[in-house]
Amino acid sequence: MSAPLHFQTIAELSARIAAGQISALELTQAMIARTKAVEPRVHAFNSFDEADALVQAAASDARRSAGQSAGALDGIPVGLKDVIAVAGQPLTASSKMLANFVSPYDATVTQKLKGAGAVLHGRLNCDEFAMGSSTENSAFGPTSNPWDLTRTPGGSSGGSAAALSAGAAVATLGSDTGGSIRQPAALCGLVGLKPTYGLISRYGLIAYASSLDQIGPFARTVEDAAIMLGAIAGHDLRDSTSFKTEIPDYRAELKTRRGPWKLGIPKEYFGAGLDPEVGAAVEKAIAFYSSQGCEIREVSLPHTQYCLDTYYIIATAEASSNLARYDGIRYGHRTSAAKDLLDVYQKSRAEGFGDEVKRRIILGTYVLSSGYYDAYYLRAQKVRTLIRQDFLNAYREVDALITPTSPIPAFKLGEKSADPLAMYLCDIYTIGVNLAGLPALSLPCGFTQNGLPIGLQLIGQPFREADLLATAHAYEQAHGWNTQFPLL
Amino acid sequence: MNYEAVIGLEVHVQIKTHSKVFTRVGAGFGYEPNTLTDPVVLALPGTLPVMNKAALDAIIKAGLLLGCDIAPICKWDRKQYFYPDSPKNYQISQYDQPICIGGLVEIELPGAARNVMGEHKKIPLTRIHLEEDVGKLNHHATDSLVDYNRAGTPLMEIVSEPAMHTAEEAFAYLTSIRNTMIYGGISDCDMEKGQLRCDANISIRPIGETKLGTKVELKNLNSISYVRDGIAHEIKRQLAVVAAGGKLIQETRDYDGVAGTSQSLRSKEMAHDYRYFPDPDLMPVHVDEAWKAELLRTCPELPFDKQRRLIADYQIPYTITSVLIPDRELSDFFEATAQLAGTGRAQAVGNWIANDLLRELGAAKLPLSASKISPTNLATLIQLIDAGTLLNAAAKEVFATMFATGDAPAAIVARLGLAAAPTDAGELESWCRDSIAANPKALAEFKSGKDSAINAFKGPIMKAAKGKANPKLVDETLRRLLAEA
Repeated sequence: MSAPLHFQTIAELSARIAAGQISALELTQAMIARTKAVEPRVHAFNSFDEADALVQAAASDARRSAGQSAGALDGIPVGLKDVIAVAGQPLTASSKMLANFVSPYDATVTQKLKGAGAVLHGRLNCDEFAMGSSTENSAFGPTSNPWDLTRTPGGSSGGSAAALSAGAAVATLGSDTGGSIRQPAALCGLVGLKPTYGLISRYGLIAYASSLDQIGPFARTVEDAAIMLGAIAGHDLRDSTSFKTEIPDYRAELKTRRGPWKLGIPKEYFGAGLDPEVGAAVEKAIAFYSSQGCEIREVSLPHTQYCLDTYYIIATAEASSNLARYDGIRYGHRTSAAKDLLDVYQKSRAEGFGDEVKRRIILGTYVLSSGYYDAYYLRAQKVRTLIRQDFLNAYREVDALITPTSPIPAFKLGEKSADPLAMYLCDIYTIGVNLAGLPALSLPCGFTQNGLPIGLQLIGQPFREADLLATAHAYEQAHGWNTQFPLL
Repeated sequence: MNYEAVIGLEVHVQIKTHSKVFTRVGAGFGYEPNTLTDPVVLALPGTLPVMNKAALDAIIKAGLLLGCDIAPICKWDRKQYFYPDSPKNYQISQYDQPICIGGLVEIELPGAARNVMGEHKKIPLTRIHLEEDVGKLNHHATDSLVDYNRAGTPLMEIVSEPAMHTAEEAFAYLTSIRNTMIYGGISDCDMEKGQLRCDANISIRPIGETKLGTKVELKNLNSISYVRDGIAHEIKRQLAVVAAGGKLIQETRDYDGVAGTSQSLRSKEMAHDYRYFPDPDLMPVHVDEAWKAELLRTCPELPFDKQRRLIADYQIPYTITSVLIPDRELSDFFEATAQLAGTGRAQAVGNWIANDLLRELGAAKLPLSASKISPTNLATLIQLIDAGTLLNAAAKEVFATMFATGDAPAAIVARLGLAAAPTDAGELESWCRDSIAANPKALAEFKSGKDSAINAFKGPIMKAAKGKANPKLVDETLRRLLAEA
């Protein structure tokens, strides 16, 4: 028995579309109806252009009847985090600063998805400028976790996770600077992939921390994640930090790359603060790999304790600079109470940015200031090199690392809002990956007794997403976690 | 106590590229406001910079021309400050690792007279780095408008050591940089279009002191003569402050070239903290030997080297070279013409270019490239004069026609009947006989040994020939007949 339409995968739906059992238009209409039904409770979307989605779906059907289908994603409704530019659509970063901004251009990933025939059907909520771990920092209100509406879907890409989890999209894109794809994927029972830094073009992604940001997919299955990754990966002349590398057929490679793998357990990732239920589920997953003949080895990433500090220096430094352009001069929120130029800057930014964004701009401005640069930013960059070296050392012994994605399952909305440090600790297992520029994914590995999803993190080697996906696929095939859906 | 001034210049030169330094949109001057923009220039959310290789080529070439060391890695930093002309509120620039390090700028100081070459000096450079230009603010009564056409234009900053001591040196330094950049095809250096801009750091100190005095930065020196006048004014102002027992403060001053005055913009206490850090959006670029060698091959001869060579090889006076040298095309035109004209005619070539050609171009408001006169035609004209075929007055007329039509001089001479020699040698001889017969006094003088008396016969002959007689032939015929007389 197959799942309800809105919970089906790209693989299933593209096969049904290809077989003529459903048209892209019908699928999109179903997705719109589902969105209207769940959105009042979940609030995953910042905006939704129904008419535009239907036009795209009709165009997809026209292509198909002309025998020109673009492939597996043609006609599949895909939602984008509201930090990725789509020409003619709002681009808000969930900030009052950009509440009325419409992008005149497409991000590179947007162009690629359009080229693959995807129906881009909504702008998904997130923490303001992707800063946060709960989507509560959105200027347009928080998103709820479909598994428990009183809880957070995680963040910052909470809308991307919640929309997919709620059946309001078939796949979505998020961005991950310190765990912003993997943590919400874990909290919402989804596959979330943060690719190697440089695999996906950042052109058209609103920058939070340029040296850490990476776009990646949310999907119901590893196979769907492979399809999405294949559609958006590749070198881009418009992003100097994008890498020239051969893009394999990730979906096909799932079947050809088989274990057993040597898997490393970083001992620093299983210490204090790890929820026992999460720990137990991850241990079970490790036992599974072991039972499949994988060699499991404890490894050490000795600089792990410095990850959070290093991250909050580098990320905020870059953010303070990247967000300087939001000044009320050319676009975005401009105060109506300015007497002079300084007023335009100060009041527009004071009114346009939320507390967490301001906190990070202030922190980042401080660490770059004359007299502090060497002690903070420069030292953090050196520690960052050590952190990356930790991972590369571990990869001399093992193929991939297994850790929990988030130390805790979905927490209550409002629970950590007043305590930024407690919120920052949500990313304790995901941040090192961004600092090291590595690929990592989160996939479902069970549920708590309260029925909340638990995520397992697999961390791979640079540009070896195909191996990472295959490793995850092996686990997923043997477990049925992704056949369970939230009751909404 | 006697004081000396110490001057360092920061010169900004816009690099002439088709597109901007970090995006594909075109670069240029004089377009409708905000038409040379794209999402990157306007710093729209999500945009990223990508390096324009042509701009990097140009600055490396500039560095090679000025004898700089070229850094093996070109790295980018963000210089952060808020101002509406800066779309990102940071400027992509180079902070601790400029692409060009050191180097020397040869300058020439004014000579004792206009026709005497002045003293040459070499002013050391600190660095040259690449950055992006900002937009332009236009202030109106109640609002200010921003034009981002200029934003993102590749701009290099050439920083000298504090090694100059007079306004004349600064003037000569800027002139030399301008000539060198124009020669290299790096920039047109038109100050009116903002392609060349200059700030000066000026201090004074007692002669013999090696420590630098309190520095004042002088801004808005937006013509080459303002640079000279502004610096001279600032040195005088500083000397006056010290003479009156005052103390100089470190500050930035704005020079008003029209009024010849300056006023304080800000003091050191208000100095910016630019919070430089490496731009994470741009990867460092490696500059290898092959790349440098390739650019070295495109480097032209430097203006002063060319000037010395023209004087030595063509035996032309300094005055003519000082007209030719600032314009690379004009000096190339000279060389091509001089070579075609043949030995001994270079000075005539120089004179025709410096006087007649430049005058015609100036009157027609045309650049040399639009001139219809080719080196071949100008060389032929000079040969015709030399051969006696053309007299000066006729040659001027031929030249004017050449400038207007581009026709070959021989064709013009034939068409307008301007050739000097009369067709009938017998006619010439009879004019000569008539002239001698009509002037017995001059004949007697000549016979008594006064050679110059021969000239008295020539006027009536020329008159009879209506100016077309070949003076050489007239002279020869007269001498033959006088010997018989």
